[in-house]
Amino acid sequence: MIAFRIDRRSGVATYLQLVHQVRQALRLGMLEPGDRLPTAREVVEAVAVNPNTVLRAYRELERDGLVEPRPGQGTFVRRSLARPAAAADSPLRAEAAAWVGRARAAGLEREDVAALTASVLDDAFPLPDPPPPFIPAQKQKPTHTHTQEEDT
Amino acid sequence: MTDDPTTALRATRLGRRFRGGWALRDCDFALPAGRITALVGPNGAGKSTLFHLATGLLRPTSGDLRVFGAEPGSPAARDRTAFLAQDKPLYPRFTVDDTLRFGRELNGDWDHASAERIVRAGNIPLDARVGALSQGQTTRVALALAFGKRPDLLLLDEPLADLDPLVRIEAMGLVMAEVADRGTTVVMSSHVLSELENACDHVLLLGRGAVRLDGDAQRLCDTHVRITGLADPATDDGLPPDVDRATVVEAAVTGRQVHALLRHSDWSPGDPWIVENPSLEDLLLAYLRSDHPAEAAA
Repeated sequence: MIAFRIDRRSGVATYLQLVHQVRQALRLGMLEPGDRLPTAREVVEAVAVNPNTVLRAYRELERDGLVEPRPGQGTFVRRSLARPAAAADSPLRAEAAAWVGRARAAGLEREDVAALTASVLDDAFPLPDPPPPFIPAQKQKPTHTHTQEEDT
Repeated sequence: MTDDPTTALRATRLGRRFRGGWALRDCDFALPAGRITALVGPNGAGKSTLFHLATGLLRPTSGDLRVFGAEPGSPAARDRTAFLAQDKPLYPRFTVDDTLRFGRELNGDWDHASAERIVRAGNIPLDARVGALSQGQTTRVALALAFGKRPDLLLLDEPLADLDPLVRIEAMGLVMAEVADRGTTVVMSSHVLSELENACDHVLLLGRGAVRLDGDAQRLCDTHVRITGLADPATDDGLPPDVDRATVVEAAVTGRQVHALLRHSDWSPGDPWIVENPSLEDLLLAYLRSDHPAEAAA
């Protein structure tokens, strides 16, 4: 289980903040396959956002194959994003650190380095298609109270 | 007038006149069921009048307002509606327990367990006198009373006014949790636009007693653009002559720069313009600043 936090001034859409936090938790091993995500009710009670925002984030994660809803039980993690090759003590990280050190020695500022890496990343990993438009589900009169994210 | 179940609150040519003039006039809108509507407008725009009409505490002077197809104040509408007024009127000499029992006596379909759970979750002793509670605790008891009624439509008039930041999040979280559990329709007025941004998915903007915007929050943001570019010295407002002025919500020139908010238009600016969709807060502020009535967006 993880706890979400919302930065209201970040300019990043709230549902994307939730998506990023789950992905981050999957990368860092804070969430593992089989773990249950908090219900929409638990999330909105803690961070005071519209329940549809949470449902939208979970649908996005589901679309990426990272989580799956289990009717009557909640939303569960399907696969991890943890990569040993990206861990803090991995050779890849050491190489990246060495490269950044050389870029800095060459006089590049942080923003120059970020732009350079972003451009290389864009070449290596083309951007996916944008997600389909989200239409908030019309809620039915509820009959149960605990697993609200499955009934939409 | 239809009994469309997807509409919680429908106004048709709704008007209400007081001695000082029309508080609301010729208002048409349809607030969707199961959604959280932000009711926004400057003081005197008619927000409180609308709440009082929706609860049947006031009658329309003209036109019609329906709560799930029923007349406000009728038993059918009253059973489904809960209203939390801005001053959160509770009996200060009652204990919390008295207050909840009072709610049970007045409401047929009363969920005492829910109401008590909400109070207990705030660590409020049931034997405390309401008059001795903090503002945050009073808000919680008032919300418990509203939720105990199991309303389908919850009307909140400035629910967060006078609350400290932590209690604001807590109170808003409580409302959102209720919506997540029960699909309750909420209409909430607030002057704190940044708080509405994350909570609300529908907007009803009133100005001078008229509807200025009524629509899905995301769609409203998607159908407006904020543009920034070099001001055209030949026009009064700094915008190029081919911009349809009927789509301009606001435009301001600062030095050589013009900054404007446009409703969806066919005009597509060329390269030197910075074009972005506004945030909900930005959009609402622009409408609040401008005085021209605009058509309701779908």
